[in-house]
Amino acid sequence: MYQWQEYRQPKSLAEAIEDLSNAPVPAVPIAGGTDLLLDMRQGRHSNVHTLIDLTNIPEMNTIEIQGESLFIGACVSINRIINDPLVQRNAQALIEACDLIAGPQVRNIATLGGNVAHALPAADGTIALLALSATANVAFPGGVRTMQFQELFLGPGKTSIDKQTELIVGFSIPLAKPGQASAFKRIMRPQGVALPILNCAVWVEREGNRINASRIAVGPGGPRPFRATKAENSISGQYFNDDNISKATEVLLEQGSFRTSPRRATSEYRKSILPGLFQGTFKKAWSRAVVE
Amino acid sequence: MKNNTITMTVNNEIHTLPIKPGETLAALLRERLHLTGTKIGCEEAECGACTVLVNDEPVLSCIYPAGRADGKTIVTIEGLAKYVDHVMKLHPLQEAFVEHGAVQCGFCIPGQIMTAFALLKRNPNPSQDELRDALKDTLCRCAGYPMIEKAILAAAHTLRTGDPLPLPEIYESIHKRKLVGRKHLRPDAVDKVTGKAIFTDDLQFDNMLYGKVRRAMVPHAILKKLDISKAKAVEGVLAVLTAEDIPGEQNHGVIISDWPALIGIDQQVRYVGDAIAIIAAETPEIAAYAARLIEAEFEPLPVISSPVQAMEEGQPQLHEKGNLLKHIKVRKGDVLKGFEEADQVFDHTFHTQITDHAFMEPECSIAVPTQEGRMEVYVGSQIPYEDRRQIARVMGWEESRVRVIGQKMGGGFGGKEDIAGQIHAVLLANVTGRPVKLLYDRHESLIAHPKRHATQIRVRIGVKNNGRITAAETELFGDTGAYASLGEKVMERATTHSAGPYDIPHVRNDCFAVYTNNPPAGAFRGFGVTQSAFAIESMMDMIAHQLGMDPVELRRMNILHLGSVTNTGQALVESVGLTECLEKLDAEMRKTNPEPFKACIDPEEPNLVRAWGIGCAYKNTGLGGGAPDFANADIELFDDGKVEIRSSSAELGQGLVAVMQMIVSEELSILPENVRVLVMDTDLSPDGGPTTASRQTYITGNACRFAAQTLRQNIVNFLSKKFEVEPQKITLKDGFAYFENKKLSFNEIAKQMKALGEEPRVLYKYEAPETQPLGTGGSMHFAYSYSVQAAEVEVNKLTGEVRVLKVISANDLGMAINPLGLQGQIEGGVMMGLGHCLTEEFIVEDGHVISDQLARYRIPGIKLTPEITSIIIEHPTADGPYGAKGVGEISSIPTTPAITNAIFHAVGVRIDKTPVDQEQILKAMGNQLD
Ligand SMILES: Cc1cc2nc3c(=O)[nH]c(=O)nc-3n(C[C@H](O)[C@H](O)[C@H](O)COP(=O)(O)OP(=O)(O)OC[C@H]3O[C@@H](n4cnc5c(N)ncnc54)[C@H](O)[C@@H]3O)c2cc1C
Ligand code: FES
Ligand code: FES
Repeated sequence: MYQWQEYRQPKSLAEAIEDLSNAPVPAVPIAGGTDLLLDMRQGRHSNVHTLIDLTNIPEMNTIEIQGESLFIGACVSINRIINDPLVQRNAQALIEACDLIAGPQVRNIATLGGNVAHALPAADGTIALLALSATANVAFPGGVRTMQFQELFLGPGKTSIDKQTELIVGFSIPLAKPGQASAFKRIMRPQGVALPILNCAVWVEREGNRINASRIAVGPGGPRPFRATKAENSISGQYFNDDNISKATEVLLEQGSFRTSPRRATSEYRKSILPGLFQGTFKKAWSRAVVE
Repeated sequence: MKNNTITMTVNNEIHTLPIKPGETLAALLRERLHLTGTKIGCEEAECGACTVLVNDEPVLSCIYPAGRADGKTIVTIEGLAKYVDHVMKLHPLQEAFVEHGAVQCGFCIPGQIMTAFALLKRNPNPSQDELRDALKDTLCRCAGYPMIEKAILAAAHTLRTGDPLPLPEIYESIHKRKLVGRKHLRPDAVDKVTGKAIFTDDLQFDNMLYGKVRRAMVPHAILKKLDISKAKAVEGVLAVLTAEDIPGEQNHGVIISDWPALIGIDQQVRYVGDAIAIIAAETPEIAAYAARLIEAEFEPLPVISSPVQAMEEGQPQLHEKGNLLKHIKVRKGDVLKGFEEADQVFDHTFHTQITDHAFMEPECSIAVPTQEGRMEVYVGSQIPYEDRRQIARVMGWEESRVRVIGQKMGGGFGGKEDIAGQIHAVLLANVTGRPVKLLYDRHESLIAHPKRHATQIRVRIGVKNNGRITAAETELFGDTGAYASLGEKVMERATTHSAGPYDIPHVRNDCFAVYTNNPPAGAFRGFGVTQSAFAIESMMDMIAHQLGMDPVELRRMNILHLGSVTNTGQALVESVGLTECLEKLDAEMRKTNPEPFKACIDPEEPNLVRAWGIGCAYKNTGLGGGAPDFANADIELFDDGKVEIRSSSAELGQGLVAVMQMIVSEELSILPENVRVLVMDTDLSPDGGPTTASRQTYITGNACRFAAQTLRQNIVNFLSKKFEVEPQKITLKDGFAYFENKKLSFNEIAKQMKALGEEPRVLYKYEAPETQPLGTGGSMHFAYSYSVQAAEVEVNKLTGEVRVLKVISANDLGMAINPLGLQGQIEGGVMMGLGHCLTEEFIVEDGHVISDQLARYRIPGIKLTPEITSIIIEHPTADGPYGAKGVGEISSIPTTPAITNAIFHAVGVRIDKTPVDQEQILKAMGNQLD
């Protein structure tokens, strides 16, 4: 009858893992709840006995430099990310992605971890993290392990972590070195369901006029968040010019699966706007990557 | 760790409360702390009405688990105003919202103010962009976004500098009097900015139960079996009722009683929202749970999803009289001859979509049985007397047994004219003997209530090479959905206006208003004319393009003017300001761009192309068509010198109460604060007729005016008799009567009149000038408002995306009685028109509602707000109050074609189906290149 019976607020990671295993079932973690509570209200998720609130766990709430990486806790709010100088310096794509999510009221509670754990192939934060080559820290009853970001996703709405015992603690992104930069863009439609038609994140490493390396993520480009590895390979080591970018665009169109989603966009439309979106995003990242 | 209590600080007070399962912060604040200023518009994190501050950050309390608020500091709208020596001092934001006219229905206002409050804490000097980013998801359906924006910037200035609040420049009518025609603040504005304003769901009664409707959720079927036993057995369920429990007539309906309050066994389900059972329980959760336990079996029937399909042979019949609700005909001259005279004939078919009113306040009804055996119904309704009639009919009661007590409404726009939960709440309250609240959530609101008619419109126009139109023929198919509602009247208006505001010698219009298995369609701001204006105004631009004429010039040549005869045969003898609207708008538009209809490429971003487009419209004021159109007003002078004016006309946010107050104080020469306005109570206020057809300022306005004039006359006559002075020598001013050397206050006068057995009270029935039914060729309406709008759009050639940059709106509304309220109506009208054109699409597939959440029905937010310039034209109409005509609808009608015509000028793509689809634009542009 009630969406939840019991609301727990563990104060440490250990306590949360403990609650997850031992609290009366069904027990489900909640971060901001902006996906979960709506899924429950609208019948996409059944009611639960215990909600385990993750927002008071210190590890999940930090943003800090750890060695060569920037660590962002899973429960850091979208709003905090947008305003954080470390993220601004190292992950512009993530800033731009977060700056497109909802309004300030939602951003104050929605988290990056929730955005990723919801496992939608076009979640903005997810697509940005993918291009930024993030790794995920996952806590389980015996400790914490590190996973490649992409390994988190099995399909729409499905992650590979064990929901009964595991939690995402946060994400690590390699620190941006000189010549490296990223960007994010998306295209929406004003009517119908509130999901993007397409979004795109690009990370580049630039050396003069040459593309040393790049990472390209597009959503939705398949059932899981899509990395355009073939397009990346096609331009790595190439000079930045219209020809090479056009070639990469073709490879991107070839590799990704840009399908029709009813009431959102046809495949044809997606394919016709992708070149503009990808090239715009790439150029933005490129121009940022210039070494002064 | 398990917590059993929540301790939190709310508006500087510490509360410790036991934790409840499943409770949100919004529910805790509203239900347990009675802080009902925090509103619930959607419960899906879409609307922002529930915004409160938690530890200084704005959050949506509807998705904030109450348990999480433990140890936190909460500020709600009730916490903003300060009390100095028990006198309330508004926060500058609140004051600014009042002064700038940003408050209309008021339902979204607490959310707007709290969001803005949080913004200014963080950023005391926001730019326009920053402000719009902060408010992007705090929706206002009255859409006073420009005023909201100005109010926030003004408050920011005051908060930063300590200067007095910068006040807006408000238009003053060219026909202004002492009060009418000048800036006047809404009497309800202060309550609405402080959270004190009470809407229906804010009311609680002792012993109150909660109702829930179980709906069929199949579009077309026969109900074969219904098992309510499990629902009845749930602890806390007090009643489960089905069609068998209806004591009176089964059907209700505003014009035609064709809508069953509950569908019985072996009866036909005609749309997904049909009710099959209703439940009353101790809590909303129990009621909802029990509703799910009801087991129903249906025998499915083939679904009719469009009016064209419904008219085909061999289709199932939805009502006894078939699928055709009405065939509406308009005939003028001889169209065959007209087309013969034409040099060219244009023919095109247009389609418009279903749209939803999406008023921010979902429907709520509370039925309360009284000790005397009567039933009180608290509800936000556009037609209180009509609710009373329909409730009584289904209950099998005398109408007098029902008292409808209208509440503040968080918007209506035509969507609160039909019965929603009123009858169900009464049925449940009657059986249980306890008050029953029936509140729709957004999901139910979207599924159940009548929408705007999706319409297919074929337009054929014959025209001379010089641009003069010789003939117009239109054929409309209107989707009235499962039940009639106001469908017949709406489609009649769509038809009579389908040849546009043009003087055309030969006209033939046919319309088929047809039943389908879609949700019912009824009244919606624009009343059918929104649809037909899109078709005819698009056609006008197609003609101009083909003839190589300027779109303004083509219209100039053909528009209605004094002496024109409309297509229903009405000679226009006064108050036709359309030409002036067109000329002034044209001048304003060309001031910034001498070649407005030429595509202009952004030099910095060559993918962006801009151009202007225009649209014209007219719209009747009042019911017309021979329907008796009247309102009663009851005015009374009290011993304290205050005057009360009563009429059951509805205040849905549009500002009628302010208008009534202004008129009465003008006529009696008393201060507005000494005029109390009481509306929407069927026991206390006489029938004011429906709040529809932009009629209230005119009809109820006149009723108030004549009531006040009569009272004034009675006062003068009384004084003249009593003090033996000539009536001409008595002047009334500022609440006093002056004559000879005497000065008598209104309270003195009231007492003296009563002492001598005279009642200082007048009941006035105003009857509008008679109109003629369609087809008789006479005056179908007593007045028309006119409008021309121009829109500048920007189209992205890479994606097809469209943005509206500027809108100019020129409206002839006779006289601007209440300029501040008018501004809200005009700007809000533009935004609603923009939504209709670009964002709104109520999707129904095979009778199933896809747009069943606000997240799937997008209404414009502040970020889509263009720069809006308003031009007010005042050609007074002889019988209107001070010359006023209606404004509520005309302001949103020409927006859609102005935008789509601009799109054509920008990228050469003709939009013939709303809403605009960026994908189609891109595709059509691609085809042009091939
Ligand atoms: C109005 C509105 C607009 C939105 N706009 C956008 C948009 O433009 N782009 C976009 O991408 N998203 C958007 N969203 C979606 C949403 O805000 C995000 O997906 C959000 O980031 C989810 O985070 P959360 O903390 O609220 O997640 P929750 O709802 O708390 O959790 C989501 C899921 O993840 C699980 N979970 C959460 N944290 C963890 C963890 N640490 N470890 C394991 N599992 C976990 C939960 O159990 C749940 O299943 C919007 C939402 C709303 C309401
Ligand atoms: S966002 Fe909470 S009620 Fe709409
Ligand atoms: S005033 Fe904003 S919704 Fe009515």
